[in-house]
Amino acid sequence: MDDFFILLVSTLDATIRVAAPLVLAALAGLYAERSGVIDIGLEGKMLAAAFAAAATSFVMNSAWAGLLAGISISVILALIHGFACITHKGNQVVSGVAINILVAGLTVTLGIAWFAQGGQTPSLTNDARFSPLLWPGAEAVKDIPFIGGLYTEIISGHNLLVYIAYLAVPLTWWVVYRTRFGLRLRAVGENPAAVDTAGISVTALRYQAMICCGFLCGIAGTYLSTAQNAGFVKNMTAGQGFIALAAMIFGKWKPVPAMMACLLFGFLDAVANRIQGVSMPLVGEIPVQLIQALPYILTVILLAGFIGKAVAPKASGIPYVKER
Amino acid sequence: MIAIELRGINKSFGPVHANKDVALNIDKGTIHGIIGENGAGKSTLMSILYGFYEADSGDVLINGEVTRIRSSHEAIAAGIGMVHQHFMLVDPFSVVENVMLGAEGGALLDKGIDKTREELERLKREYGLEVPVDSLAGDLPVGLQQRVEILKALYRGAQILILDEPTGVLTPQETDQLFRILKALKDQGVTVILITHKLQEIMAVTDGVSVMRGGEMVAHRKTSETSKEELAELMVGRKVLLKVDKEAAQPQEAALKVEGLSVIGADGVARLDNVSLSVRRGEIVGVAGVSGNGQSELLAALSGIVAPSKGKIALNGTTITREKPLDASEFRDLGVAHVPEDRHRMGLVTAFTADESAILGYHRDEAYNGAILMKRNAIVEDCAQKMADFDVRPPNPKLKSANFSGGNQQKIVLAREMAQKPNVLLVGQPTRGVDIGAIEYIHKNLVAMRDAGAAVLLVSVELEEIMSLSDRILVMFEGRIVGEVDAKDANERMLGLMMANANPETDPNGKAQAAGDMQEGAEL
Repeated sequence: MDDFFILLVSTLDATIRVAAPLVLAALAGLYAERSGVIDIGLEGKMLAAAFAAAATSFVMNSAWAGLLAGISISVILALIHGFACITHKGNQVVSGVAINILVAGLTVTLGIAWFAQGGQTPSLTNDARFSPLLWPGAEAVKDIPFIGGLYTEIISGHNLLVYIAYLAVPLTWWVVYRTRFGLRLRAVGENPAAVDTAGISVTALRYQAMICCGFLCGIAGTYLSTAQNAGFVKNMTAGQGFIALAAMIFGKWKPVPAMMACLLFGFLDAVANRIQGVSMPLVGEIPVQLIQALPYILTVILLAGFIGKAVAPKASGIPYVKER
Repeated sequence: MIAIELRGINKSFGPVHANKDVALNIDKGTIHGIIGENGAGKSTLMSILYGFYEADSGDVLINGEVTRIRSSHEAIAAGIGMVHQHFMLVDPFSVVENVMLGAEGGALLDKGIDKTREELERLKREYGLEVPVDSLAGDLPVGLQQRVEILKALYRGAQILILDEPTGVLTPQETDQLFRILKALKDQGVTVILITHKLQEIMAVTDGVSVMRGGEMVAHRKTSETSKEELAELMVGRKVLLKVDKEAAQPQEAALKVEGLSVIGADGVARLDNVSLSVRRGEIVGVAGVSGNGQSELLAALSGIVAPSKGKIALNGTTITREKPLDASEFRDLGVAHVPEDRHRMGLVTAFTADESAILGYHRDEAYNGAILMKRNAIVEDCAQKMADFDVRPPNPKLKSANFSGGNQQKIVLAREMAQKPNVLLVGQPTRGVDIGAIEYIHKNLVAMRDAGAAVLLVSVELEEIMSLSDRILVMFEGRIVGEVDAKDANERMLGLMMANANPETDPNGKAQAAGDMQEGAEL
């Protein structure tokens, strides 16, 4: 029983860590899609931010400088997406895919040119990373059964960016449902003409949403390379941007359900890592490949049939053209 | 006092001169109508007033002061409100949220919501504009949605209210209510501009009227000193026959018989519910009803686009049921021609040239096909002939369908379907978005088809059209036929009540019942 408890705590701990970048990226997607801009480029923005953060952290030896760089590059990419889709009314999917492809190649090319380590950035020292924050009393209560484990492992002991990710959820909820910006954001994704005729600029609103999107993606990418890992590795996002997109849809474009979906994906990932090589009753050892594919299979299944009626913001994906 | 004055407004889009030297004066606290055909420049002019476009030259004076309106924002600030033809509502928002959008009164919503509620309460008291403020806008019936639009404008302090084709989607009763509201607004000093193509409404509610044609203001009249006939003539530029000229029908045997027909949607809701009707050769049967009450499904079922879920359709000795459905081309082979309600979606392919659009559905006909290739010349000649017969302008078979005006597109579709000399002609909204001159022409042709012995089923949301063309009138409500009247005995109020199903009993005593309801209605 005790072993099981330890396993459970460590699985939940891993869930929270794995889900953090998903949560950030899903919220990023939420801002974009609520404003009516489909963002397939979450993946690319995260990857670019991961690279920029790792490279900058290494050079400046400062995690904060890395965070700033990660956010900046991600916001710039979000604005490029906006320029293509909002100002020039281009196809949003094509623009997003283009960003993903561009970033996948550019990060490796620049990595080789600058660091000559086969596209990776050099390993970061602890100063250049976001390290775990130990909460007061965590050491003291560590040995108290149950509560001690929960507090020390699950609540305490994560790095700053994890806490930012989970604080971003209520913050986003508050912004979307309780502020003027949120009301307009929701409106512009449903019926931009209504926003336009109310005397509000559709273009400005959508750009603002894209900045929010880029900002959050930047944190997510920075987390991957300077908090979860100690450096940038080629294609290190590995589809997390798409998983986050799926989680956002699964969460019906709402912050809290989207977070829940991210946690579910994170949990599956954590479980998958822990049952590798373990012999299960009845079925025996499950092949590693199958376990690793599990979150993706689940994504397909959930999106195909189990999310009920997911109604996207009505104007999502449609450039706004004044019709008169 | 003059609320709005326009001086020498010009606006061009490339080579198109949409507004030429337009001048207009509208007195404060009046209802002013603006009429004109499609493309006459009404919408451009109103867009200039509401800040969608800026005029190339000319001045807009609001309450005597020259005002520049470069955006909707500035229009709102100048006290101008607009109720658009297609409502500008966010469906999943509550009424309160819709009203406050763009005028939230602070970065946080809490206070704004309370303030908006109070303000809506005040507007309700002052103008009798009652709406359920916490309902989602998308759940409201169109009449109430429109009221929300009016509230949005008043909430922003509009002293000048522009309504663009406001009655297109309303029942006659809702229209009456709207007009009562407009009169109440007028009494409170609000200036109302009503853009419409319905002459009857101009006569009913306005104080003054201006007529536009070809981008110019061609006339200003006091409503009390003009007539429908004069206005129609001013709009079109020639004498127009408003009444359809037709002999009494000579109905023969039934060409189309429908018994207990139901169509059930994917969500399990009956779109058509146990409909029985028959259409005889040599008569026009009109189907009236507020848009969305099963008329579209009726046309779809009768033309083979959807299969019946229950009941049967008898055509020329063939019976179509759920077990033995036919597709649309087999219906055509049985002599059913269909002029669809939405000509852009179903009537023609806008990216095709006119001659291609003019053979759609009959493109396998021998006349158009050789052994392997289509006979391009025959198709072009055929189209040229149809264009000559139906006065399609410009008569160019190689012009893209999209480049014809709505009326001429409709003529192409009609020409195609009528050229088959069908036994049964199904016609949906034949004059939606069509100019008055073309309407006259289309109506004349429908009557000619009838006289040639076709059974014509006409679906329209325009009551005037239904009443003037039909020999018999059916009224649909929620997928059922709730009444049948002889056209001679029909009037607008009675049909309107049936359309809203204010008439609790269905036929056979429809006439008496409707007459009873009429008196109740009159007291409302």
